[in-house]
Parts: sequence; C-alpha cells; structure tokens
Amino acid sequence: MKSIAKITLVVGLLMTIVACKSDDKPNYQFMPNMYEPVGYETYGAYDVFPGEQSAMLPVDGTIARGYSLFEYGNSNDEYLRAKAELLSVLDSTQVDLKRGKELYDIYCGICHGNKGAGKGELVKREKILGIPSYADVGRAINEGSIYHTIYHGKNAMGSYAGQLNEEERWQVVAYVLKLKSDLEK
Amino acid sequence: MLLLCEIFITEHFSFMKKSYQKLEGNSTINMKQVKHQNLTTRYLLFGFVFLLTFSSSIFAQDGDPVQGKALFNTNCAACHNLDKKLTGPALRGVEARLSEDEGLDRDWIAAWIRNSSALVKSGDTYANKIYNEYKGAAMTAMPQLSDGDIADILAYTAQEKAVPAAGAGAAVGAQATTSADGGISNKIILGALTILFALLAIALYVVNNTLRKFAVANNVTIPEKKTPLWKVFAKNQFLMLVTAIFLLLTSAYFAYGYMMQVGVDQGYQPVQPIHFSHKIHAGDNKIDCKYCHSSARVSKTSGIPSLNVCMNCHKSIYEYNGETTAEYSKEFYDGEIKKLYAATGWDDAEQEYTGDVQPVKWVRIHNLPDFAYFNHSQHVSVAGLECQTCHGPVEEMEVMYQYSPLTMGWCINCHRETNVKVEDNAYYTKIHEELSKKYGVDQLTAAQMGGLECGKCHY
Repeated sequence: MKSIAKITLVVGLLMTIVACKSDDKPNYQFMPNMYEPVGYETYGAYDVFPGEQSAMLPVDGTIARGYSLFEYGNSNDEYLRAKAELLSVLDSTQVDLKRGKELYDIYCGICHGNKGAGKGELVKREKILGIPSYADVGRAINEGSIYHTIYHGKNAMGSYAGQLNEEERWQVVAYVLKLKSDLEK
Repeated sequence: MLLLCEIFITEHFSFMKKSYQKLEGNSTINMKQVKHQNLTTRYLLFGFVFLLTFSSSIFAQDGDPVQGKALFNTNCAACHNLDKKLTGPALRGVEARLSEDEGLDRDWIAAWIRNSSALVKSGDTYANKIYNEYKGAAMTAMPQLSDGDIADILAYTAQEKAVPAAGAGAAVGAQATTSADGGISNKIILGALTILFALLAIALYVVNNTLRKFAVANNVTIPEKKTPLWKVFAKNQFLMLVTAIFLLLTSAYFAYGYMMQVGVDQGYQPVQPIHFSHKIHAGDNKIDCKYCHSSARVSKTSGIPSLNVCMNCHKSIYEYNGETTAEYSKEFYDGEIKKLYAATGWDDAEQEYTGDVQPVKWVRIHNLPDFAYFNHSQHVSVAGLECQTCHGPVEEMEVMYQYSPLTMGWCINCHRETNVKVEDNAYYTKIHEELSKKYGVDQLTAAQMGGLECGKCHY
C-alpha cells in the first residue's frame, strides 16, 4: 500500500512539472541580469518616459540628423502648390528604378497594383475599392503631387513618410512616373 | 421603355393565342377552365404592364446599376461608400436626397462630378456648403465620365440596401458544427480506448482471483517464493552496477535536456492586447512583411508598426468579411478593429481623429539576451533572407509564436551552412574576390566570411 502512495506522489509531481510549461509565459532564465538590458531598449516601456514609451516623436521644431524639412503642409492648397513647383532631388544618374520597384512593390503595389493600374491584391479581394490608375486624366499626377501624396497621404490613403525616407520616396516617385508613362503608351 | 412594353405585349398576346388554340384543340370538355386561366393571365399581364409603366415613371433616365457598380468601384469608392461616411459623404439615394432636400437636379450632380472646384468657385450655395463641411477636401474632377456613366452610377446608388442573406449565417453554423464534430470524434476514440484498457485490467484481476479461488477449492497449494525477486537482484553486484550506471546516465540526460531549455522561448505565444492575425494580413491578403515591419530593411530592429500604419488600410476597412471559425467570428474581428480605433482615437462615424489616444502595450515575443547582438537589416537587406527563414510560416499563424529557438547553436549552424549571396551584391564584391582566392572556392559560407567570430555578436 505504501508503494502505491509513493508512485502516486511521483506521478503527481511529474504531472505538475509538465503542466507548468505554458506557452503564453516566457521561460525561466539562468541569470536574468545578463539577459535584461541595462540601457533603454527600442519599443521598451520605462517609467521615465511620457506614457512609458521609449519610442517617441522628435521634439517639436527639431529635425533629426539625415532628415530635411518638407516645406509643404497637409492641405489641398499645399498639394496644388507642390504639384505646380516641387521637383525631384534626384538627378537622372541617381534614379535607381530597380530599388524603386522593390520599394513600390512592398508599399504601393498592394493597393495600386504592380503595374499602377489600381488593381492591387486588396482591390482584387474587394477590401479597398476605387484605387485610381496612375494614368487617370482627372488627376494628372506629376512628381510634385506624387511626392506630396506619399508624404502626407491623400483622401483615404495614409502618409508613408514613416515607412520610406526622403531618398526612398523620390525613388518611388521616379518608378511611379515610369509606370504612368507605361500605362499611357 | 414604351417601345419595350409594346413588344412585350404583342409577344405575350401571340403566345397566349397560341396556348389558347392549343388548349382548344386538346379538349373541348375543359372549356370553362381554359377561359378562367385566360382571364388570370390577362390580369397578370395588366398588372405587369402597370408595374412597368409605374417604374419607368420613377426613373426618367435610368442607367444600368450593374454597369454603375463597376464604375462606382473604380472611380468613387476610394472616398465614398453607399452607407457610410468616408472621405466623402455616403451616397445611397444621393439623387433623391439632393432633389428633395436641396432642389438640385441631375445637371447639378453632373457638374459637381466633372469639376467640383469650378462649381465651388462659381459661388453655388450648396457646393460651398458641402465643400466647407468636408474641410476643403476637394473632390477629384472626373471629366471623363459621360452622361450615360453618371446615369449608371446614380442608378447603382439608388438601389435599396440588400438584406444580408440568411444563407451566409447558416453556412457559418454548418461549418462550426462540422469542426465541433471533428473534435468530438477524436475524444470519443480516446475515451473508448481508456474504457477498453480499464476493462482489460479489471478482467485480468478477476481472472487471477478466480484462479486463486479454484486453487484453494481444489486444495492446490501455490508455492510461496522463499526470497523475493528484488533481494535476488540486490545481491547480484553486476546487475546493480549496470542499473546504477543506467539510472545515472538517464538522469544526466534529462537534467541536461532541462538545463538546455532554460532561457529558450521556442513556441512562446503570448496573448496580445489586440488580436492581430498574421494569417489574414500576410497570408490571405498577401501584404509584404516589410510593409508593416519597414525598419527591418534599414535598422537593427524589425520594428513594431506604429498604429498609423494600421490606419493606412483600416481607415477604409472597418469590418472583417473573410472566413470565420467558431472561435474567431466576424463579431470578434470587428471588435478587434474597434480596439484599434479606440487606441488611435479614430471616430469612425465622423471620419476624424479625436486626439484621445491609448498606446497599445504589445507583448514582445522574440527576445535576444542583452549580450548577443543581432541586426535585422544585415540579414534582410544585405543577405536578402526571407523573413520566414527564421520566423517560420508567419503567413499561416493566426496567433504569432516564436518559431526558432534563437540559441547560439542555431545561429552558428545557419552561418556554417548558408552561402553568402554575392551576385548583384555590392556589399561583398571586394571581400568575395579576396576570400575566394584565399580559400580557393567560388561560394563562401557566412562562417568563412567571419560569421563565427565571437566579437561579431558578443562585445
């Protein structure tokens, strides 16, 4: 009888150990102070920051290194101003259509379609509708208007300034203009 | 429309005449019945003609709603929905609404569609009112739309809202029951096996008991063992040695296994504050990983997308219309989108940000210890690896989990086996020339390029 009690005890212990393994909690660590960073990590939550977020916006009125000021605001009048006067910072030797295509296919093609005709995967699946073709005569897009739209967004389209840096945006603009001329052929 | 009616009537009459003659020919006894049928058909016909005349008077110039839907989806749907305010107002029944409330006819609508800003500048009262109501967002001019196109689109907007078909709900229900059936059948099999084994054990015990009773009844004495088995075992020193070694080795094996999994979070699958399904986004809708995790291209971290990236699409996508299961229903997914709206302070009815934001505390899944350095851009942009190489089939994960162990052995194994992508890779042109001479090989593994040096990751 004693042995039965012992066996039950051992089996019970094993069961509890196995049951402790849970996928929604992180595992034990040997020496947590070697695992946990001393500095503040990207996207970490720390008390010193407002709202506990280590990810913060740049201070108002400052421009981070490697960035430049975009002088056109987010309104329809500013859009028309950019359309009338804004020109690409890239000259013909700096335009890299291969990179432009890579970036375009990631960020734009999902709605605008990889050919720019407004037939992306989300449009085909009827998730987002009414994406215009780049060759649309009513819009008559040019490099200034494309850049303004990528930077600030337009109508239902959001801003892509956070996902593409200045040089990448101009590469995408160059590629969009190429798609537009292909569509107009 | 009138012409059509006429054709219809003449055709119908000729058809009726034919059928009448036919009936007459067939039987003379049922004459009464035939007459009666004739009368009902006539009533029906008059009713139909009446209906046609009535409906044609409502739509003076009617378009084709099917054609209109296609035109609406290509030209208007970016900013307009039929029943919901988006960038522009909801458009169901817009023509009737404008003519009743504002006294504006189709010519005004056409002028607005073709060039709204010109109409605003001309000083038109309602045009200016709607322009200011939408905070000066000018509607894109659509000079390419003909009168016929506009009639088609207006015919589409004039359609009544379709009641959601009951079939869809039934289908979902059926799916739920089938999936539940699958779970039950598995459980039934397991339960049956358990009962079977229990019965076997009981049967053996009963048989043993019965045999003993027979033995007692027949006066057969079962010989008692003098020394129990374990004592014999304990006295044999060789056996004891082997057993001890075996036990030590086994426990060492398990202890090693336990120690090695400490600090390894493979399979870690925390519950996130908003249920984000990678399966729907990356799998079903084929959105590129780097669309949201854009900093994986250019920085050390892959980046947890800020919520404005979600809102790029979810400004327009306010409900879920894909496949559902019993656990993840449409209501569940719609609720999660509502959570996103609450976090970003997006007022879906008014289509504007209230400024009341609630940061989302996502739970980080992939954690490297602080003493190991890892850079995403090196692997994604320079080496050109697929995200799935390390993160597994993310496009199939309803709930994200850690696929790889992320141990040092795992890193090193890959560095030993993977050839560096040198074609069209300006990063490596020079070093590849020198190293391929040194090693006398065409293809270099990451290890040969220094991918095993301690200082590369630990410093």
